[in-house]
Amino acid sequence: MHIKYESFVREPLVDGDKNFHQISEDILSPIERKPGRMWYVGFIFSVILLCFGIFSVSWSVYWGLGTWGVNRTIGWGWDITNFVWWIGIGHAGTLISAILLLFRQGWRTGVNRAAEAMTIFAVMCAGQFPIWHMGRVWDGFWVLPLPNTRGTLWPNFDSPLLWDVFAISTYFTVSLLFWYSGLIPDFSLLRDRAKTKFRKMAYGVASFGWTGTAKNWQRQEALALVLAGLSTPLVLSVHTIVSFDFATSVIPGWHTTIFPPYFVAGAVFSGFAMVNTLLVITRKILHLEEYITIGHLEAMNKIIVLTGSIVGVAYLTELFMSWYSQSWGEMAAFQWRIMGPYWWSYWAMMTCNVVSPQLFWVKKLRRNIPFTFVMSIVVNIGMWFERFVIIVTSTYRDWIPGSWAYYSPQWPEVGFYLGTFGLFFTCYFLFAKYCPVVAVAEIKFILKTSGDNYKRGMERIDNQTTEEFVHIVTTHHDEEHLLEPAHH
Amino acid sequence: MAIKKYAVAAYDDEEVLFPAVKKVRHSGYKIHDIYTPFAVHGLDEAMGLKGTDLHIAGFIYGLCGTSTAVGFISWIFTSDWPIVYGGKPHFALPAWIPITFELTVLFAAVGMTLTFCYLNQIMPGVKKHVFHPRQSDDLFVMAIELNNHTSEQEVIAFLKATGAKETSIQVAESSWWYGRWDKKEPYEALNAV
Repeated sequence: MHIKYESFVREPLVDGDKNFHQISEDILSPIERKPGRMWYVGFIFSVILLCFGIFSVSWSVYWGLGTWGVNRTIGWGWDITNFVWWIGIGHAGTLISAILLLFRQGWRTGVNRAAEAMTIFAVMCAGQFPIWHMGRVWDGFWVLPLPNTRGTLWPNFDSPLLWDVFAISTYFTVSLLFWYSGLIPDFSLLRDRAKTKFRKMAYGVASFGWTGTAKNWQRQEALALVLAGLSTPLVLSVHTIVSFDFATSVIPGWHTTIFPPYFVAGAVFSGFAMVNTLLVITRKILHLEEYITIGHLEAMNKIIVLTGSIVGVAYLTELFMSWYSQSWGEMAAFQWRIMGPYWWSYWAMMTCNVVSPQLFWVKKLRRNIPFTFVMSIVVNIGMWFERFVIIVTSTYRDWIPGSWAYYSPQWPEVGFYLGTFGLFFTCYFLFAKYCPVVAVAEIKFILKTSGDNYKRGMERIDNQTTEEFVHIVTTHHDEEHLLEPAHH
Repeated sequence: MAIKKYAVAAYDDEEVLFPAVKKVRHSGYKIHDIYTPFAVHGLDEAMGLKGTDLHIAGFIYGLCGTSTAVGFISWIFTSDWPIVYGGKPHFALPAWIPITFELTVLFAAVGMTLTFCYLNQIMPGVKKHVFHPRQSDDLFVMAIELNNHTSEQEVIAFLKATGAKETSIQVAESSWWYGRWDKKEPYEALNAV
């Protein structure tokens, strides 16, 4: 028994008059009924995009990477831009689940399940790029430290490109384990409520036979806490390692120590924006506005303005250092970013990432749903341009003017990118149809402290003197009810 | 197959559940387990259960990851095939930190999750008896083991007195087995509908 209560000044995290059963009904009814027309339209469109992506990738593997726009000067184009973009998006899910758990933020419960699913799908999409950009993908296993007949020739453990292999694989695995271990109790709920034979069998397998004993929950909480504690430095390390792909080189625009914190903040920034994009639509279509409240979206927008500002400071720092270093190469790189052939990408990045998130200082805009949605798209576009600017505008003109070139993507690269959208949304539509989009057990856990009906009437406790409050608590016997829910 | 008889009580409020657990323990009845839809803080203490050592196992798995990474990489780079990369010394520990950290986390996470499944006796294909269909929805369900000497009416009356909303006597398999959740088990026929 805990005496925790939440002040009425804090917004409720669950609106309306909910009890435990109502929570199950609200969140599970989209899963238990037949899919609507919107679901079919979205799902089929995603599958079409995915098929086009598979075609583009097959074309690239069969005819070779000469079909792409990359060349010896600009060795990385849309492929690595998209890789970093997707990985950055994935980091928000882990941040919401892991870091907010460690900080005991109850509001994470409305958004963490969908955010974690987004992370897993985003990492799956991101991982496609390093694989298929190899060209000779059939030799791809060479990056793995396996004994072989070539010496044994081992991979280079000193290289950030190999650190990436370990980092992304670990990140995907740990995120999957964290997401699934939270899903097991919710699958057991779906299993116990299932009406058809197939669903009973399928959710029975998915739930691993979970029954929810006290010991089970005790261990589940211990596991969640430790996975959260592991995932937090993991998020920071993975995107730092991705930034090292650039920072450990020698070219102006890449070789700078600000990249690790800059990339991590940028990842959180774009990730939260993508979560907002998904949740604004999901909460409307699945009628979950009472669980994914405006308060949740406002909290996300606050983090967007915070991380957007950090990214903005990083941009200004880079500009300052390019002047302060008095290094010819550094100064030229940034002058060309502002005024050279790629000026349009640099200014798109600056507008979308530095200027527009500042609008979220205004509370009315933070709590405005259409504006939140539009901003989330703008931020993701801006972050795509950031990665494009970093990669292409640093490589297209480096030390030898005779090598200077220009990069334009070819259709297989564009098709590949669209295909990853297809993969992402196919997975997301399947997830939204067959898994609970909100973490049911966790919402039930916070209901009695943060539910709307339970918080009503808490003003009287806020207005008590300390002595009164302490007296009631210390003379409280198990049989007496300290906090009467409003409906009693 | 260990089929046993249980008295089952379902509560709908944690504030009623905790005093009930206290009374049941004092009365000498053996609590088989309590099934809840979400983690109820303090319930394991109220039932007299020990804390879990799962995090210690996680730490040990993590140490295995660290030693595997450092050991393996240093053997490769100092003994098996030393190569000079970027002017770095053969034993370049700072360069190995990212991979070492990742393997630590990976081993700890995977090891801990598998241990979690092993301790809780859960895995795809496992089936257990569900005492009340709403135990994962909105009820807190307590199952008490009965032996030949217990009077069923006494136990039921006692549980009702502690505030149980629903009570029943059930015959059930006590541990887990491999089974399909869409099929009925033979012992279920022994339970009155």
